[in-house]
Amino acid sequence: MMKRDIVIIGGGPAGLAAAISCFENGNRDILILERETYLGGILNQCIHNGFGLHTFKEELTGPEYAGRYVDKVRDLGIDYRLDTMVIDINQEKVVSAINEKDGLLQIQAKAVILAMGCRERSRGALNIPGYRPAGIFSAGTAQRYVNIEGYMPGKQVVILGSGDIGLIMARRMTLEGAKVKMVCEIMPYSGGLKRNIVQCLDDYGIPLKLNHTVTKIFGKERVTGVNVSEVDPATRMPIPGTEEYVACDTLLLSVGLIPENELSRKAHVKINPKTQGPEVDESLSTSIPGIFAAGNVLHVHDLVDFVSQEAALAGKFAVKYIAGLSQDGSAVAVEPQNGVRYSVPSRIHPGNAEDITVIRFRTDNVYRDVFLSVYLDEERVMHLKKRILTPGEMEQVNIPKKWITDRPGLSRIRILVEKE
Amino acid sequence: MYDVCIIGAGVVGSSVARALSKYQLTMVVVEKEADVCEETSKANSGIVHSGYDAHPGSMKAKMNVRGSKMMESFCRDLDIPYHRNGSLVLAFSPEDLPRLEALRKQGYENGVEGLRVLNREEVLAMEPNLNDTVAGALYAPTGGIVDPFKLTIAQAEVAALNGTEFRFETKVIDIEKIGEGFKIFTDKGELTAKVVVNAAGVYADDINNQLSARKLKITPRKGEYCLFDKEVGNLVSHTVFQLPTALGKGVLVTPTPDGNLLVGPSANDIIDKEDNSTTAEGLSSIVAKARQSVKSIPMGFVITAFAGLRATEAGGDFVIGEADDVPGFFNAAGIESPGLTSAPVIGDDLAAMIAQKLRLKEKTTYVSKRKDVVRFESLSVEEKASLIRENPDYGKIVCRCELVTVAQIKDAIHRPLGAKTLDGIKRRTRAGAGRCQGGFCAPRVIEILSKELHLDPREVAKFNPNSVLLVEFDKDSL
Repeated sequence: MMKRDIVIIGGGPAGLAAAISCFENGNRDILILERETYLGGILNQCIHNGFGLHTFKEELTGPEYAGRYVDKVRDLGIDYRLDTMVIDINQEKVVSAINEKDGLLQIQAKAVILAMGCRERSRGALNIPGYRPAGIFSAGTAQRYVNIEGYMPGKQVVILGSGDIGLIMARRMTLEGAKVKMVCEIMPYSGGLKRNIVQCLDDYGIPLKLNHTVTKIFGKERVTGVNVSEVDPATRMPIPGTEEYVACDTLLLSVGLIPENELSRKAHVKINPKTQGPEVDESLSTSIPGIFAAGNVLHVHDLVDFVSQEAALAGKFAVKYIAGLSQDGSAVAVEPQNGVRYSVPSRIHPGNAEDITVIRFRTDNVYRDVFLSVYLDEERVMHLKKRILTPGEMEQVNIPKKWITDRPGLSRIRILVEKE
Repeated sequence: MYDVCIIGAGVVGSSVARALSKYQLTMVVVEKEADVCEETSKANSGIVHSGYDAHPGSMKAKMNVRGSKMMESFCRDLDIPYHRNGSLVLAFSPEDLPRLEALRKQGYENGVEGLRVLNREEVLAMEPNLNDTVAGALYAPTGGIVDPFKLTIAQAEVAALNGTEFRFETKVIDIEKIGEGFKIFTDKGELTAKVVVNAAGVYADDINNQLSARKLKITPRKGEYCLFDKEVGNLVSHTVFQLPTALGKGVLVTPTPDGNLLVGPSANDIIDKEDNSTTAEGLSSIVAKARQSVKSIPMGFVITAFAGLRATEAGGDFVIGEADDVPGFFNAAGIESPGLTSAPVIGDDLAAMIAQKLRLKEKTTYVSKRKDVVRFESLSVEEKASLIRENPDYGKIVCRCELVTVAQIKDAIHRPLGAKTLDGIKRRTRAGAGRCQGGFCAPRVIEILSKELHLDPREVAKFNPNSVLLVEFDKDSL
């Protein structure tokens, strides 16, 4: 059996940043396993710009952003295997993978970093009635057809869901000659970034229909149209009599991303039901010591810059773990409350934490003119005025280690939305 | 002139073809769709019923019990996923307990072995996720589950291996009796055959009524289903029915042989024989009914919904055999539930009748078995490693959800009656049948199909030439 200090599952932005960080923190015995024929992950099909504003202070396309990390991995001589699918990880950190050349590859790792990214929710989860014709695609699959394979999925398009990929594809397909008739969003707000709504819909005159959903699919062989209905914002149920037939040959679904944790479950890593990703502490360590997680496999991010930051931290802590320098001790719980749907991490070991621990989270609804508060037990230590908080935009707060170490006996850090 | 022409390549037509292909004859199967298993055979519960439901003495009862008894060895020979998981029929009130006992007696009369009525505690011990309101159940240990696609595909493959010709995308328009046989008019020309087998599913009445004075009337009865992620595939381990109603066996909750959970079907008589669309009402009705059986239905884990049409004949029973007034014309009509269970014996019986009629001799070269596409996911790591050494294509994963490799896709394409479409690949390999429903693998499968079949990717379709997936770039409109 092959032995490696650090095995990284996935060679997308999280895996690449984690690998570089491991190397720079002093451990060079690294192996990245990537199932595609190239490194860079999903960024390779994200040919639009807007990546890297935080990291590089410039606007890059997805492949350019990935390219910077890929070049660095190659320059540092970090080992990776392509076309290699990991099929199992166990609690002893034995990683099993297969590829054409090596056949079965079994690697005993000292630390594993999960960086598998996420996948798109499919039509099934929505249970839209109607036929099951050709012409229904998830937005990311459509993006692959257009940007990688060089084919269009169709010409008359309705998009259901206003996630960022759906918004990006509305613009992309318009630019390639398709007519995007509308984007329907069942919620009263978009799940995507404001800048994408402006740049991808408004600039092209594509209507965004909030509180609307697709209630029926027509066409037995290829999609011929859909019924779009208004929903009651309270129940999210279609309002009878509001359905409108929209002729189209393509329905794109951009209805949510789910962290891809099949492998994490095989290793019996504890999964947070809200994020669908592993529960982690300040070091991005999962419930199994030595197994770390970062990026979209942990929770779905809006911006790749934060994926890279998070993964670099996981890499740093993985190196520390292997060196035997992790200090667990007692932990303080991080609790999302009133208006905050989830937070990552879910606990902080002050003995192990960096000077600042970044807590990332999303709200459960749109809130206007509110305060974002942090409480240490009952003591309010942060009270930030927010003009708007929306589930489509990830928020973060910085927790200084000193806050915790100054308060012996502190049991929890609470993050919540307050009216005043 | 062919000796035999079979109309329809569903599970019944394929079974007749399989059973007849052991004789020396010329045979053609005519199918309006582009593949086998494209209509009722692809959209049903996939249950091997033990046989207590059907009225004693009916064709349904006889065929069902024989089918149930032979299914295990039949599936072994044809390498079809089958599992005898046992069935439960639930009663929810003490008043209904006598109906369980009546069902048990009926089953006994039909020749079903091992039937027992269980009390509430016994049922809950067997299935802890059942609703607490359950009052008792009939337990049928011989009930089973089968992959309905493979039950059809495997039989068709055996027929093809033994020289049966299949003509797809060929729709029968008219049939005439001519001298010693029949002239069959299709949208792709005419053919003649001494014997015609009508296995046309919901259209079997149309075919029969062109030739026979004994008219049939088939009403499509729509059944809608929800299929759930493997994550919740162990919600129940037995197939869980409720006491039957006038329209059928009611809504069931069952594991599938591949480890998913299946809930359905609804039962609605409709008019349009092509309407296999799901409906909001149908889907919500099955979920509501299933909630009677189990404590909760994990709706967040639905991966797809589908509908199939049962071929319900007005007489209420299977119509099997030579038409009294049309010598040489054999019906396999009205094959609704328990049609899947019965299909292999329907095939055997019709083949025996036709062989006698045409005085057919058995072949010496008949191949009775076939190997399925490798189920890579279910192999041990050592077996996987050794397969990759033999054929590196097993090292290339195409479908991440069901762990399907390039080698399996190529096998599905190049075997007899190989897959030509995305759906064909899905039913033969499970690529695209998993939780992401093809989001990951479809582009890869399209690439392999286009390469192996020398098609432009824009010609690769979901299931027939009108269901293509991709179009060319076109900026002329800009």
